[in-house]
Amino acid sequence: MSALLEVSGIGIAFGGVRAVDDVTFSARAGEIFSIIGPNGAGKTTLFNLISGVYRADRGSVKLAGAEVGGMAPEQLAARGLSRSFQNLQIFFRMSAVENVMLGRHIHEDKSAWRHLLGLPSTARQNRDTRARAMALLERVGLAALADRQAGSLSYGMLKRLEIARALAAEPRILLLDEPAAGCNPTETAEIDRLIVEIAKSGIGIVLVEHDMKLVMSISDRVLVLTYGRVLMEGVPGDVARDPRVIEAYLGAGLPGSEGSHA
Amino acid sequence: MLASFLQFSMSGLTVGAIYALVALGFTIIYNASDVVNFAQGEFVMIGGMVSVFALAAGLPLPVAGLVAVIAAMLVGVALHRLAIEPARGASPVVLIIITIGGAFAIRGLAQVLFDKQFHKLPGFSGEAPVNILGASIVPQAFWVIGGAALIVLAVTLFFERTLLGKAVLATAANRFAAKLVGINTGFVTGLSFLLSAAIGALAGILVTPITLTSYDVGTLLALKGFAALVLGGLGSATGAVAGGLILGLCEAFAAGYLTSTYKDAIAFLVMIGVLLVMPNGLFGRAQAERV
Amino acid sequence: MARFLANRWISLALVAALIVLPGLILPSSYYFRVGALVFISALAVIGLNLLLGFAGQVSLGHAGFVGIGAYAVAILPARFDVPVLLAVPAGMVLSALVAFVIGRPILRLKGHFLAVATLGFGVLVAMVLANEVGWTGGPDGMSVKRLEIFGERIRQPRDWYWISGTLLLIGMAIAQNLLASPTGRALRALHDSEIAARVAGVDVARIKVTVFVISAVYASVAGSCLALLNGHVTPDAAGFLQSVEMVTMVVLGGMGSLFGSIIGAAFLVILPQALTLFHEYEHLMLGILIILIMIFLRDGIVPTLHRLLMERRS
Repeated sequence: MSALLEVSGIGIAFGGVRAVDDVTFSARAGEIFSIIGPNGAGKTTLFNLISGVYRADRGSVKLAGAEVGGMAPEQLAARGLSRSFQNLQIFFRMSAVENVMLGRHIHEDKSAWRHLLGLPSTARQNRDTRARAMALLERVGLAALADRQAGSLSYGMLKRLEIARALAAEPRILLLDEPAAGCNPTETAEIDRLIVEIAKSGIGIVLVEHDMKLVMSISDRVLVLTYGRVLMEGVPGDVARDPRVIEAYLGAGLPGSEGSHA
Repeated sequence: MLASFLQFSMSGLTVGAIYALVALGFTIIYNASDVVNFAQGEFVMIGGMVSVFALAAGLPLPVAGLVAVIAAMLVGVALHRLAIEPARGASPVVLIIITIGGAFAIRGLAQVLFDKQFHKLPGFSGEAPVNILGASIVPQAFWVIGGAALIVLAVTLFFERTLLGKAVLATAANRFAAKLVGINTGFVTGLSFLLSAAIGALAGILVTPITLTSYDVGTLLALKGFAALVLGGLGSATGAVAGGLILGLCEAFAAGYLTSTYKDAIAFLVMIGVLLVMPNGLFGRAQAERV
Repeated sequence: MARFLANRWISLALVAALIVLPGLILPSSYYFRVGALVFISALAVIGLNLLLGFAGQVSLGHAGFVGIGAYAVAILPARFDVPVLLAVPAGMVLSALVAFVIGRPILRLKGHFLAVATLGFGVLVAMVLANEVGWTGGPDGMSVKRLEIFGERIRQPRDWYWISGTLLLIGMAIAQNLLASPTGRALRALHDSEIAARVAGVDVARIKVTVFVISAVYASVAGSCLALLNGHVTPDAAGFLQSVEMVTMVVLGGMGSLFGSIIGAAFLVILPQALTLFHEYEHLMLGILIILIMIFLRDGIVPTLHRLLMERRS
């Protein structure tokens, strides 16, 4: 399999501090590629660089062979990259199903003229979008709450709602930033199952997660980040045994004992 | 050539000093409570109107000024207690509307208590213009610029040297943390209204011998003060003063060299122009979006 | 979906009833005039609500577009012999163009910076209208040619009541269309999280300009109607106080509630009419009432009532 996402030599500095420095990795379609590291290692910053939220100082990002470095998030969305957020970014004033419907924005007609006129084609498209959104809600177990305002849902539900919204875009590659953070064991198992299922459908997954049990059990490959740099990359078994990884985590708590984080 | 340049500079600094004081009043309240107080211009109006009427009632000018400052401070405290405090936690738009409602009410009250006429105070040091290098400058201009400089100095000393001032700064930096260390943040917010009202009233007293006053002069002053505040970078006292002076100078030079018809438009054109290049104002810091 | 459609038609029918029923019983042309003013304001407020209430972008200068619409029907027929009926769409196009040109740079600003930039725009429009005396008649304004339809001059407040009522109904339906579309979802989404909307592929800058242009056109139509109803325009139509009044109507009725826009407009049009009884105390009373309403109904009338109703039910 060829690489779907290729990140090479990417880096950014904030006020002289190199938050992410010379990070290189690649992720394939249908694979679960995890990024772990102590708090402040630069995992979320790396996601922000790849997804166009921040602009990298150097390095390149390729999506399916094409250079996409410096592109805005909405341009990346159109090219098949989607993501979730560590701190929820939910449309709280909209209903659950509308949140997911928005996820289909890149596949919808964008002519404001037709929207103002309320043409039958727009109504048809709305029905189609809603049906697809409902199917996704079904998949993440939220169908019964489709018309509830998102602001009234629990934290664990919102985490799944974000995944459903990201999936609605039908991405080729999906970046998940701590999808199980703050969830109870049942919810975590649910999300675990969901991620594996998504990867099986052929979508490449890049996962940042603190729950080591989850990471080690579902990942194909793992990248370890410390102080913004790549410490090592390998299959879960090798990573868990590597003395450097254990040492890196000793400063911030052992992998797997991670309970609380900012 | 030099004479007209000097003339325009002085008139720019004079108006600019008033804008700076209005913007400083905005900043003090904004820092303490996140409220953009559109009634700030009404404090200037109160300063002018009350001293005019107190003077007419026979009080000597310094006493009349004192009465005006006290009146403005009372109104400031009342505004805070009756309108801002009960609405704590409301959205910024709601708070803006409340302060505009407050400005309406204060203006309406002034219209009832006083009248709808224009009024003037006598110049503190007479009306005879001083001739400097060919520019003729009314002595009151020196009072305005000097007075504004003194006020800014006093405010700076208050914030840097007194415990109370530091409490206000602490509240501005982090309301929650300030509460934790035992600062009464409600009191601090009230104090900021008191202080801003006094500054506004003093500005009104200083400028009324030059520009006249009436019950409705507050609106345009508040708008320009807001423009100066945002131009300076919202929340920075230095920025507010600099923003005010810059707007005043731009106005005076545009009116002198280009067109006086659009004198009032210059402040807004400059402000919009700067924001388009520097979206956080001249002295504001950009904040990286955290997600 | 069925429930949504039902809701939509119900609210349209409700608005239609609120227009038709009073129209059958109002006793004098004074009341028809007030009614027309309510509908015209409501039309502008619906547009502003799309921008402020739904997309979360504040504008303290929207009366600038009211002014453009109003002076379009004043200047074009008087100075260029353009038929009044053509001057209205001309005003709409001009407002849309102005909104399009200033929208992109200005809407990059956020919060108070956006507020003051839009405020500046509104004040500038009002100043141009007051200063270009040769075109606009200056601060005293100018008179407006009456609308003629089939050779009939429309000047009765009763006629304007029905015209503006119809326009309000159309404006409401168009706003509903928009909100139920991908564009509508996108503009509501960016209110809560611009970054999440962008990641979902929404071109946030484009959507903001789109809704700014749409709201400007609503304001422009309202301005044209206002000028034609009054037969006279002054620069005050574009003034800061007018802008503030529009924002207050949006917040008072309820941000993000189309029906609330009508309620907010009705309240703030009728209230000052009632307050004129108090003569010189009018300003004072209005100020105090605005403060009280905003303190006790800060979420707006319609959302507050809605919440109370839901609480009682559960």
